[in-house]
Amino acid sequence: MRRVAFFALVLAATLTTLGFLVLPVVAIFTHVSPVTLARQLSNPVVDDALVVSAKTTFLAQALVLLLGTPTAYLLASRRFRGRSLVVTAIELPLVLPPAVAGIGLLVAFGRMGLLHTSIPFTQTAVTLAVAFVSGPLYVRAAIAAFEAVDPALVDAARTLGAGPARTFFRVALPLAGGGLAAGEALAFARGLGEFGATIMFAGSLQHVTQTLPLAIYAAFDVDFDVTLAIGGVLVLVSAAILVALKLATSWTLSLQASGFRFAPSTST
Amino acid sequence: MDALTAGLRVPLRAFDVDLTLEVEGTVALVGPSGAGKSTVLRAVAGLVRPAAGRVALGGDVWFDERTWLRPDERPIGMTFQQYALFPHLTVRQNVAFGARGEVEGLLDRFGLARLAGTRPGSLSGGEQQRVALARALARRPRLLLLDEPLAALDAHTRATVRAELREVLRSSGLPTLLVTHDFEDAASLADLVGVVVEGRLRQLASPSDLVARPADAFVGSLTGANLLRGLAGPSAGGLTELRLDGGGVVYSTDVLEGTGAAVVYPWDVTLARTAPDDSAQNHVAADVGSVSRIGNRVRVSVGPLTAEVTAESAERLAVREGERLVATWKATATRLVAL
Repeated sequence: MRRVAFFALVLAATLTTLGFLVLPVVAIFTHVSPVTLARQLSNPVVDDALVVSAKTTFLAQALVLLLGTPTAYLLASRRFRGRSLVVTAIELPLVLPPAVAGIGLLVAFGRMGLLHTSIPFTQTAVTLAVAFVSGPLYVRAAIAAFEAVDPALVDAARTLGAGPARTFFRVALPLAGGGLAAGEALAFARGLGEFGATIMFAGSLQHVTQTLPLAIYAAFDVDFDVTLAIGGVLVLVSAAILVALKLATSWTLSLQASGFRFAPSTST
Repeated sequence: MDALTAGLRVPLRAFDVDLTLEVEGTVALVGPSGAGKSTVLRAVAGLVRPAAGRVALGGDVWFDERTWLRPDERPIGMTFQQYALFPHLTVRQNVAFGARGEVEGLLDRFGLARLAGTRPGSLSGGEQQRVALARALARRPRLLLLDEPLAALDAHTRATVRAELREVLRSSGLPTLLVTHDFEDAASLADLVGVVVEGRLRQLASPSDLVARPADAFVGSLTGANLLRGLAGPSAGGLTELRLDGGGVVYSTDVLEGTGAAVVYPWDVTLARTAPDDSAQNHVAADVGSVSRIGNRVRVSVGPLTAEVTAESAERLAVREGERLVATWKATATRLVAL
């Protein structure tokens, strides 16, 4: 009897959790019919926001991948004094409130800032804000992914005549690939939803700096249908990212499971 | 073939690896785990940079005060403890990774043609070992470095793979430095065996010399068994007889046909002035080659065999070099391994 009661409690908690988390997502689609959603996609506000988001996300993630991957590889494969300090510095934006990140970017790149640039309130500012808040997520995951590559495989590549570059491209990169993809999916999702740092550093100017999340906020008082339509689009994109993330993770796991594992007899 | 000369000092956390080696033919380093054996291999390969020393193959210097060649610049073929096959590449791609010549012939030679398209994860331990060797040899190396080549295998596969490996080492003719924690593996594969303890070379000698004349009690305990090579075949009473290469016959309860070796532990061998009339099947009458005392025990080499008896028994028998003795042991205390 007691066992049944316990199970009923667990089941009730699970159903409440599920309902609470799914309901808002379902509500968006019950309030906006597919027809309205399709029609709103040709709304210039939505259109502009889509283009700004796509451009800045693409550029920001290219920046994150091109600079973050070598950074992570270096930090994963070298041990040096102050390494953990460097890693902590890279992780700091993760825990920083987005508004603080925005102010920081302003005083770093603003006209009155450290670097005296005219970047603020341009599309470049959006790209930088997105890269700033999403990059650390990727670098963190990438360090872990490179650290998980068996060092003996890197050694084996070197003894087979591969220099550092060939070893990186033929061994480390493909083996860390799943982890890198998973990290990038998270960074992509975080960047796409970026709001606080962007509005502080780049403003919310339609066609220039107004991304999808900023457009939701701007349209909120004006046209609720637009808000819902953008919401619907973002839900679909986010779901796609989640699926991609799961695929990347399972691919990594299957690759690791295929490696030969045996009770190791250690010798030095 | 060029010989490898290596003088190395590599500081580790607990001790320094500090030794000098010359490798012609096959040299095995044995010792307990954590003795610094693998560090020696890694330093020769260039994966670890020694604090001081000199590494050269023939006239080519790889490391000294002025020279440092990176691992990819050294003509070596190395295999690793867990083989370190690339899990994302097929067998063929693994073998081709550093290949200087054609790959298909090597795949054929190592019986891997059928498996060429598969990934290493689905191979057995013995097959992985062959891929690792083929991959190392594909680079046309001038020196082979093998780190615990048999440790990852179960006892059954191990004997077969050991025989295969012996054949590969013999036919390649390359100077080979290998590392193992198992004296039997070392004795069956190498011409010379070096015992490494805490980074130092305690003794470097032929396997039979190590058994007969261990430098100290530790070497004595590590170098377990006599290894007597010969040709095995069935004999009366369900026993196997091994016709020794050096003459004589040894009987064993193990089953084996073809070339192999008898493994006999020195403490299973008794000594007498005349052949005793007892249940033991194996008797070897020969002159005493050497007498070495280790603690309260004495190692006595009689012909191809070494016996270990108590100091007291050695005294009672008045064992002296050059005298004729009979060594006796049971067929049940005779393990046979394929070679």
